[in-house]
Amino acid sequence: MGYTIAEKILLAHCGRKTIKPGEFIQANVDVALANDITAPLAISEFKKSGFKQVFNKNKIVLVPDHFAPAKDLKSANQCKILADFAKEQGIKNYFEVGRMGIEHVLLPEQGIVLPGDMVIGADSHTCTYGALGAYATGMGSTDLARAYVDGKCWLKVPASHKFIYKGKLNHWVGGKDLILHTIGSIGVDGALYKVMEFCGPVIRKLGMDDRFSMCNMAIEAGARAGLIEPDAITRKFVAGFKRKPKFYHSDPDAVYEKIYEWDVTELEPLVACPHLPSNVKPASSLKNIKVDQVVIGSCTNGRISDLRIAAKILKGKKAAGGVKLIVFPATQKIYLEAVKEGLAEIFVKAGGVFSTPTCGPCLGGHMGILTEGEVAIATTNRNFLGRMGSPKSFVYLSGPAVAATSAITGRITHPDRI
Amino acid sequence: MIIKGKAHKFGDDINTDDIIAAKYLVSTDAKELGKHCMETIEPKFSQAVSPGDIIVAGNNFGCGSSREHAPLAIKGCGVSAVLAKSFAAIFFRNAINIGLPFLESPDVHKINAGDIIEIDLTSGIIKNITQNQDYKTQAFPEFLQDIVEEGGLMNYIKKRAGESCIRSR
Repeated sequence: MGYTIAEKILLAHCGRKTIKPGEFIQANVDVALANDITAPLAISEFKKSGFKQVFNKNKIVLVPDHFAPAKDLKSANQCKILADFAKEQGIKNYFEVGRMGIEHVLLPEQGIVLPGDMVIGADSHTCTYGALGAYATGMGSTDLARAYVDGKCWLKVPASHKFIYKGKLNHWVGGKDLILHTIGSIGVDGALYKVMEFCGPVIRKLGMDDRFSMCNMAIEAGARAGLIEPDAITRKFVAGFKRKPKFYHSDPDAVYEKIYEWDVTELEPLVACPHLPSNVKPASSLKNIKVDQVVIGSCTNGRISDLRIAAKILKGKKAAGGVKLIVFPATQKIYLEAVKEGLAEIFVKAGGVFSTPTCGPCLGGHMGILTEGEVAIATTNRNFLGRMGSPKSFVYLSGPAVAATSAITGRITHPDRI
Repeated sequence: MIIKGKAHKFGDDINTDDIIAAKYLVSTDAKELGKHCMETIEPKFSQAVSPGDIIVAGNNFGCGSSREHAPLAIKGCGVSAVLAKSFAAIFFRNAINIGLPFLESPDVHKINAGDIIEIDLTSGIIKNITQNQDYKTQAFPEFLQDIVEEGGLMNYIKKRAGESCIRSR
């Protein structure tokens, strides 16, 4: 009986001869990530338990990105805990404001996460790195504290679900639409405690940015991880990084608990309506939904190709009166690219805000909180009640094309309409 | 270990933003977080809870973010245990790791708000005192029971630090 890519990576990290779904293992961690919300709790648990030194300073990553640049005194205190701990422990992968980015975009960009790695992160969207063919999963702060001690984590080996995408993607349809289609089909607990493995000819043609968008939202279907087998596109992305990647592939006789197969040729740009990521409708079916705010960015869609799509639509256009357009590139590198390519100028001339990297608006942290009655369309990943601010506000999720078009019209709009 | 308290009912897909909104994540203090527990969907929840009360919910409880502040907020407002049809995976492990008792049972929809519930964590039996009913659950696997018995993951690790860390099962 063969193994899936997820099972192979877990097996390679737990020192056993065999594994199967349902078994508890202790896995060795290659990367242990935490941010300004989750690291303070991990650090205090680590210290409270009497531990003094982390197991390996090179495997720990600290990124102040959620409420950074610090939005208030309390978040400044939290960010400082990270900086102090990094200094004390000699952790070099600490990213100060000005060098930081949104963690799940920053780590692949910096070559910190590579194919074949076992990654834990005290952030649910850690699953993003599955796009590289790594096993990456979100955990809590105490899990991180434990990993700081001995470099391990406990986990129950999840069964895998396979998702095969066939056909040819329409113009304006990308990774975000594929994952919204998937979550809309299987529901927010459709892959509860499973691994989602995305494959098929459509995935093979998808660029890395779109693959990251897909794997990023595996958690929105309840999955522990979302994986894509590495190929030439992956190899090109990781070529040149110092550490050597390991490329794992699923065996032909690997066992999947469920297999889904979709022809996505007819797929239109999609929108997840309030208040669940599974409440998915074609953008064209949403008539007359007025928006007050458009947010383009985040760990889901804050990459350079997302900004290029948005800029292509917004070039020479203006955001509709009353619409707050907020564009936030995910890392400093992307920020600079957007400046050099003239994208930043397009956004500013369109009447938009071009922000430095932060998770801020996505989770109702800062830089774009919604008040009562306000409606946003965002390229982020969650539209839970009150996610971006007031419990009486509304968040719609889409890819960058629908979001940018909606900024111009002031209503949720299919990109073909303009 | 026996837990007894009054039931507070919630539906399916209660997410971590419902349990504790991101704006409160500038604290790691359970008591402070507890003041805002469930505020988004039930603004007066924390005042309505008496120490020892039990949350009863549907499928996929705790979906969304990895914030351990969610089970901490539940503990901090005085709730003694959570019963649900199913739990989201990260919430599940966070609750184990910080020692918040919880059980999964397909029968919890039979519980009404205000029912007095008694939970035996060792046997995994949920007693509805008000309705005079018993609901069976699956007991935790041995490895997880060990963590719970130690009062959370860090105590478990601390006890074993120095040893070759953890027994593999």
